Amino acid sequence: MSDKKYWQSFGELHNDEAFQKLTQDEFREDLPFEDPNEKGWLDVSAPRRDFLKYLGFSTAAASLAASCKIPVKKAIPFANRPENIVLGEATYYATTFVQDGDVIPVLAKVIDGRPIKLEGNELCSFTKGGTSASVQASVLDLYDTYRLTHPKHKVNGKFEEIPTFEQLDKLVTDALKGLNGAPVVLLTSTIVSPSSKQIIAEFISKNPGSKHVQYDAVSFSGMIQANEASFGKKAIPSYQIDNAKVIVSLAADFLGTWLSPVEFARQYSKGRKINEANPEMSKHYQFESYMSMTGANADERFTHRPSEEGSVALALLAALGGNVTAPVLTNEKLKKGIEKCAADLKANAVNALVISGSNDVNVQVIVNAINNLINAYGTTINWATPVYYRQGIDKDMTDLVSQMESGNVGALLIYGANPVYDYHAADKLTTALKKVKLTVSFNEKLDETGELCEYLVPAPHYLESWGDAEPKAGVTSFIQPTIAPLFKTRPYQTSLLKWSLPTGQAGGNADGDYDVYFKNYWIGKLGSEATFNTILQDGIRDLGPVPVAAGSFNASAIANAASLIAAAKKGGKTELVMYQNVSVGAGKQSGNPWLQELPDPITKATWDNYAMISLAKATDLGIFFGKDSDYEYHPEKPVVKISVGNKEIELPVLVIPGMDPNTIAVALGYGRSANIGKGAAGVGKNAYIFQSFNGNNVNFYHTDVTVSDKPVGKHKIAQTQIHNSYEDRKEVVKETSLATYKKYPDEFKNERKKLFESFASKTGDYASEGTLYGTHAQPGIKWGMSIDLNSCTSCNACIVACNAENNVPVVGKKEVLRGHEMHWLRIDRYFVTEKDNPDDVLSVVFQPMLCQHCDNAPCENVCPVAATTHSSEGLNQMIYNRCIGTRYCGNNCPYKVRRFNWADYTGADSFKDNQKISGVGTLDDIVFDMNEDLTRMVLNPDVTVRSRGVIEKCSFCVQKLQAGKLTAKKENRPLQDGDAKTACMTACPTEAIVFGNAHDYESKVSKMRTDNTSRLFYVIEQIHTLPNISYLAKIRNTDDVEEKEGSHAAETGDKKTEATH
Amino acid sequence: MIHYKPIARKIAILLIVSVFAVANISAQDGKALFNAKCASCHNIFKNTTGPALMGFEERGPWADRAKLYEWVKNPAAFIAKDTYTQGLLAEYKSMMTGFPDLSHENIDAIAEYVKIEASKPKDTGTATVQAEDNTDRNAIIFGIISLIMAIIAVVLMQVNSNLKKMSDDHENILRPDPVPFYKNKAYIALGIILLFVVGGFYVVKGAIGLGRQIDYQPVQPIYYSHKVHAGINQISCLYCHGNAMEGKSAAIPSVNVCMNCHKAITTYEKGPKLFDEEGNEINGTAEINKLYKYAGFDPKNAAAWDPSKAKPIEWVRIHNLPDHVYFNHSQHVKVGDVQCQTCHGEITAMDEVKQFAELSMSWCVNCHRETKVNFAGNKFYSLYEKFHNDLKSGKMDSVTVQNIGGIECQKCHY
Repeated sequence: MSDKKYWQSFGELHNDEAFQKLTQDEFREDLPFEDPNEKGWLDVSAPRRDFLKYLGFSTAAASLAASCKIPVKKAIPFANRPENIVLGEATYYATTFVQDGDVIPVLAKVIDGRPIKLEGNELCSFTKGGTSASVQASVLDLYDTYRLTHPKHKVNGKFEEIPTFEQLDKLVTDALKGLNGAPVVLLTSTIVSPSSKQIIAEFISKNPGSKHVQYDAVSFSGMIQANEASFGKKAIPSYQIDNAKVIVSLAADFLGTWLSPVEFARQYSKGRKINEANPEMSKHYQFESYMSMTGANADERFTHRPSEEGSVALALLAALGGNVTAPVLTNEKLKKGIEKCAADLKANAVNALVISGSNDVNVQVIVNAINNLINAYGTTINWATPVYYRQGIDKDMTDLVSQMESGNVGALLIYGANPVYDYHAADKLTTALKKVKLTVSFNEKLDETGELCEYLVPAPHYLESWGDAEPKAGVTSFIQPTIAPLFKTRPYQTSLLKWSLPTGQAGGNADGDYDVYFKNYWIGKLGSEATFNTILQDGIRDLGPVPVAAGSFNASAIANAASLIAAAKKGGKTELVMYQNVSVGAGKQSGNPWLQELPDPITKATWDNYAMISLAKATDLGIFFGKDSDYEYHPEKPVVKISVGNKEIELPVLVIPGMDPNTIAVALGYGRSANIGKGAAGVGKNAYIFQSFNGNNVNFYHTDVTVSDKPVGKHKIAQTQIHNSYEDRKEVVKETSLATYKKYPDEFKNERKKLFESFASKTGDYASEGTLYGTHAQPGIKWGMSIDLNSCTSCNACIVACNAENNVPVVGKKEVLRGHEMHWLRIDRYFVTEKDNPDDVLSVVFQPMLCQHCDNAPCENVCPVAATTHSSEGLNQMIYNRCIGTRYCGNNCPYKVRRFNWADYTGADSFKDNQKISGVGTLDDIVFDMNEDLTRMVLNPDVTVRSRGVIEKCSFCVQKLQAGKLTAKKENRPLQDGDAKTACMTACPTEAIVFGNAHDYESKVSKMRTDNTSRLFYVIEQIHTLPNISYLAKIRNTDDVEEKEGSHAAETGDKKTEATH
Repeated sequence: MIHYKPIARKIAILLIVSVFAVANISAQDGKALFNAKCASCHNIFKNTTGPALMGFEERGPWADRAKLYEWVKNPAAFIAKDTYTQGLLAEYKSMMTGFPDLSHENIDAIAEYVKIEASKPKDTGTATVQAEDNTDRNAIIFGIISLIMAIIAVVLMQVNSNLKKMSDDHENILRPDPVPFYKNKAYIALGIILLFVVGGFYVVKGAIGLGRQIDYQPVQPIYYSHKVHAGINQISCLYCHGNAMEGKSAAIPSVNVCMNCHKAITTYEKGPKLFDEEGNEINGTAEINKLYKYAGFDPKNAAAWDPSKAKPIEWVRIHNLPDHVYFNHSQHVKVGDVQCQTCHGEITAMDEVKQFAELSMSWCVNCHRETKVNFAGNKFYSLYEKFHNDLKSGKMDSVTVQNIGGIECQKCHY
C-alpha cells in the first residue's frame, strides 16, 4: 500500500495548523481596517459624521464630474494610407527571435504598425511553431524605456549624445586611424547570421591584425572542444530526441535552458504522448545536483554532487562496458541508478541518447564515448546538420583578456556580449578594458560593459531590424522589421561596413547600409528578388531534410579524459551549482518585468534569485520547515552568506525537496545594474562571480564554498505556491506509473464511473441529474480545452503569452508578496513523494490552472450584479464594467483562478490617485514603468485594460475566438478547427494545450477526449462544476505498480507496492 | 375649421408614403443599379459627364422604351441611326458606355428610380418635422391647461376653506384660523413629493445620458459635406470608408483618397449653397483649398504635386464608444449586411455629420433582439444544427441575433 502524497508545500504535506488556518482565511493578510493612528475604523470617535462627510463629498464629486464637458477627441487618419493595411486588423510578419545565438522563428502580430504579440512560425521544421517564455516576453523589450535612444560618446566620464551618425562615423574612423595598426577586436556573443559573418570577415580582412572573438555567457565550449577531439568537428550536432526511447540527461536542463529548449521540448513531447491502445513512452533519466525543471519532468531522477558530474559519466561508460575504470561512488542510490540506466541504454541501444550539461571537455568526451557505444550517432544525434547556437570557446576569451591586459588591443567593439557582468574574472577584465584605446558597445542597453565603453552605438531591437539567422546547417530564418526604429539606432553591421571602408564602397553598396547589403547578399544567393521576397514572407529557407549522419568517432581522447576525471579534486563540505532558470536565463532579459514576475517552475518564486538548499542543509542551518513550522507562511526567508575566497554574496534560502544534500543552487542572470531597467534594479545577486576557470573551460559550479553556519538576516521572497488552496478537495491531479497504467488501464475511468453512478443513478447523465439548477443550452459552439499533463514541461511560455495577449498587468514584488499576482494562468507544481519521505521525489506534476469555464459555475451564482454569466458557447464571461468588486466570485471559485485588481496597476482609472495604496504601502516603480506611453504600446487594443476594483480571469482569449468566428463568417464558410486558438495553446512548444469546438466531433479537442478516455479527468469533478477544461493524467515511466485501496485491490489480492528498484 | 388643416396634411403624408411603398419595389433595385452602373457619369438633377436624367422621357426618342433599351445596351449601334444622340455626343464629347448585361427589367427599374427621385419634393424633411412640432405644441398646451386647472383647484380649495371659516364664525363654532396654504403640511408634503418625482426623473435621465452625445455635431477642420458627396454626387460610402468591410473601424479616408477626385475637382460651383450651423454661407471652393493645404497640392501646378508631403487632417471624432465596448464594422456591414444609415442616420442629407443614434447599450441590444440573421445564406451558421432543425420543422420562423448569443455580455465586452 503506497502512501503517495501530492503536495505543493510542506504545510500541505503535513496538513498542519498553520496550513489549515491559511486555507480558511479568505485573505493572506488582515484587511486594512485601521487608520494611521492605529485605531480601528469602527472605533474612531465619529464614524457617523465621517460617513455623512464622505457621502456628501462623493455626491458633490459625482455631480461635478457629471457636469464636466466630454473631452473633444481627434480622429487622425493617415496622410497616405499604405497599401494592404486594414486599420485595427492584425497583420502577421515572419521574423526571427535572435538573442545570443538562440534562434526561434516567429510571426509578429502587428496592429496599426505596432508589433504586440509573437507567435511561433509553424513553417519551421524544428520548432513547429513552439515558443518560449523569453520569446513571448521579447516584444516588451522593444518598448523598454531603458533602451539607449541615440549614439553616445563619453566625455569627461559622462555620456553625451552624438547628434548625427556622420559625426559618430568621423569620430570613430579618426580614432581607428589613430591606433597605428594596433589590432581591432570584435567581441560578440554567438553570431548565427551568415551575412553578418561575411561582413565581419570583410571587416577583419580590411583591418590587419584584427580578430573576431565569440563569447557566450553560459558557454558550451567544453562540448565543442570534445566534439573536435572525438569527431574533428568544432561544432555541436543536432539532437533528435524524438528518436530516443531512453533519454539520459547528465545535468542538462534541455527542456528549460540548455542549447535549444523549444526544439528539444517539441521532440521530447513526441515520446511523452501516450496512445491509449498501446501505452508506450520514452524513458527519461536525469542525474543532477539540484531540482531542475527538466529533472522535475524526468521519470527517474538521481542526485549527485556537482564535483561528481565527471564520475557519473565515467561510471555510466564503465557500466556500459566502456574501456575505463569505474570511479568510486559512495552514494548507493546513485550507483544503482547508474546501473539501471546503463541496462536500459543497452537494451535500447541505437534508440537512446545521453546528453550532458557540463562545460568540461573531459566530461563531454566521455559522453561522446557513451553515445558512440550505444550507437546514438546516426539516429538520435545527427552530424549532417550541425547547430550553430553556441560557438564561443572559453580559451579565446581568456586569451583576449590577457592580450588586453598587456595593452596589445587597440580597439574593442562589443556586440551582444556583456563580459563585465558575466565573465568569470570580471574584475580582471574591468582593469584590462582601461588599457584599450577605443571601446565601442553596440548593445541595445547601457549594460555593465557599456558603462565602461567610450562609445555607445545602440543596435535596433530585432523587431526593428533586417537580418538572417542560420541556427543549423541548411535552415535559415529571416528577420524583417515590423516597425520603424523607435530610436536613433543603427545595426552594428552598418557601423562595421562604414568604418571598414572610409571610401564607402562596401560590396557595391555606396552608403554601406546593412539592409541593402543583406538584400544584395540574399538576392545573390537565391538568384532573384522574387525568390527572396517569397522566402522573406515565409520567414524560413529550409533546404529540406538530409540523411542522418553519424560522423566518424575517434576514441583516442577517452583514456586521457577518464584519467583527468578520476584525478579531479573531490568536493568540499558544501558545493555550489549555478543554473539558469526559464525566466531570465543568462540575464539578457532580466529587465523584463513579465519574466521577472514569472514564477519559477520549481520554487514558484518571483522577482528574486535565492539559494536552493536541501532539507538536510536546512536542518544544518537550523531552519525548521517541518510539521507546524511557519517557515513557509512568512515570506521572510533566512539569508546566508556564501563565500569563495574574497568573493561573497548573501542570499535568502529556499528549502526544496529532491536536492543533493550538500549542494546549493543559485540562478544566474540576477544582480544586474540599475541601468538595465526598473525590473532588474536591486533584484537578486550576481552568481556569475562563482564561476571558475580550470585553464581550459569555465565551470558553472564550485566544489568548495563556505556557507555561514547560521542565517545572517532575513529577506522576503515572493512565492506564489501557497496563495491558493483547494481546501483539501481531492483529486486535483491524477498521476500514476506506466506499469500501473498498463496493469489497470481503467483506473481513472472507473473513478469517474463510480462518481456518475452515485450522483446520476437514474439517467447516467451527470451533468443534468447531478444538479438542482438547469443546464445551459449550447446550440452552436461549445469551446473546450484539453491539457495533457504528460506533455506539459512547465516551460512557462503560456503564462507570458497570456500576459501579452490579455494585457495582464505587472504588479511588482510587493504586491506578489501580498498574494495579489494577476496571472490568469498559473502552473501548479505538485511534488509526489511518500508521506514520510518528502526528500525522495518520485515525480513532479505540473498542472496549468486557469479558469475552467464551468458549465455549472459557482462564481456565477454568487455575483450580486450579474457581472459574471455563462455564454451559449460555454464561456464563463467576466464583465469588467459591470463588476463592483465584491469578490464573492473569487471566494467561491474552487480553482482559485479569479484575480482582483487591488490597485490601479494599469493606470486605466480616470482618478490618478487610485495608484496610491496608502495605508498598506506603495506600488513598486516597475508598475509605473509599465504605464509609460512607450511601454503601453505593447497593449492589445482588442482587450480592455482593467481598472482598480474589478475581478478578472481567463476569458479563453474571447477576442481571438470572436475574430476567428468573424473570419469564417466573412469567408462564408463553416468554422474550422484552428480558426480560433488561445494564446496559451499557440505558445506551447509541446502541444500540451489543445483548444477548440467540443461540439465538432472532428476537432482536435474532441479527439483528445474521446481517444484518451482512460486518462481523462476533470479537476475535482465531484463538486459538479462541469468544467470545460479536461486534463489527461500524468504517467511517469517507471516499473512500480501502485495498488490503491479499494479500486482494484480485490482483483489482485495484493496490497503491496511492487517496487522493482 | 381650425383642425382641418393638420388632418388634411396628415392624409397627404399618408398618401405619399403609400405611393412610395408601392413604387419602391422596383425602385429599390433601381437605386442599387443606378449607383452601380450610371452614377459614375450621370446625376439625376444635373449635367455631369453625361446629361442629367431628370425628365428624360420628355427628351429625344426616350418616350419609346424600346429605343431606350437599344441605346443602353448598345449605344454605338444606336447612335448611327439617331440624330438626338449624335447631338448629345457633340455636346458632352464622350460616348456613352454600353451595358449589354442589363435586362429590360433592370432598365425599367432604373427609369422608375430616376422618375421617383426626380419627382420627390426637395424639402422631404418638412412634413415629418411639422408632425413632430404638433406633438410638441400639444404637450405645451396640455401642460398649460393642467397648470391652470391646478391653480383653479388651489384657489377653489382656499375659497372653500375661507367660506367654511365664515360660516363657522357665523354659527359661532370655534375653530382655529385656517393655515395659509404655504404652511399647510399637506401642501408641503405634496410639493416635496412632486419635486422628488420630477427631480428624480431628470437626475436619472441625466445620469443615464452621461457620456452619451446624441446629436453631437462638432465643427470640423474642413467643412466637408456628406450631402454633397454621398447625397448629390452619389459616391458610395464604401469608396471612402472601405475599411468598414474589412476591419473593426470604418476609418476616415486618408488625404490621398480625397485627392483621387479633388485633383480634378478644384472648385465648388454647381452644388447647392452651403451653410454652417449659424447660417453663414460656406465657400465650397475655399474648403477645397483647405484640403489642398493639407495635401500640399497647388491646383495651378498639379504636375509638381508630391503626395508623400501630405499632412493628415485632424478631424474631430463624433462617434465615441467607451473603451470597454468592442464594435466591429465588418461584422455588421459585411456579414450582417446592415446599411450605414441604420446607425448613422440619413447621412446623405447631412452637410456636417451629427451623431444620429444614441449609441447606448439598450439601443444596441434592441437591434440585436430584432435583427434576423442571414441563417441560410452564410455557411458559418451551419453549425447551429438545432436551429436549422427548428426552422425546418417550423418551430422557429427566423433566427435573430439574440438566438445565437448576440446579447450575451462577452460579445462586446472583453
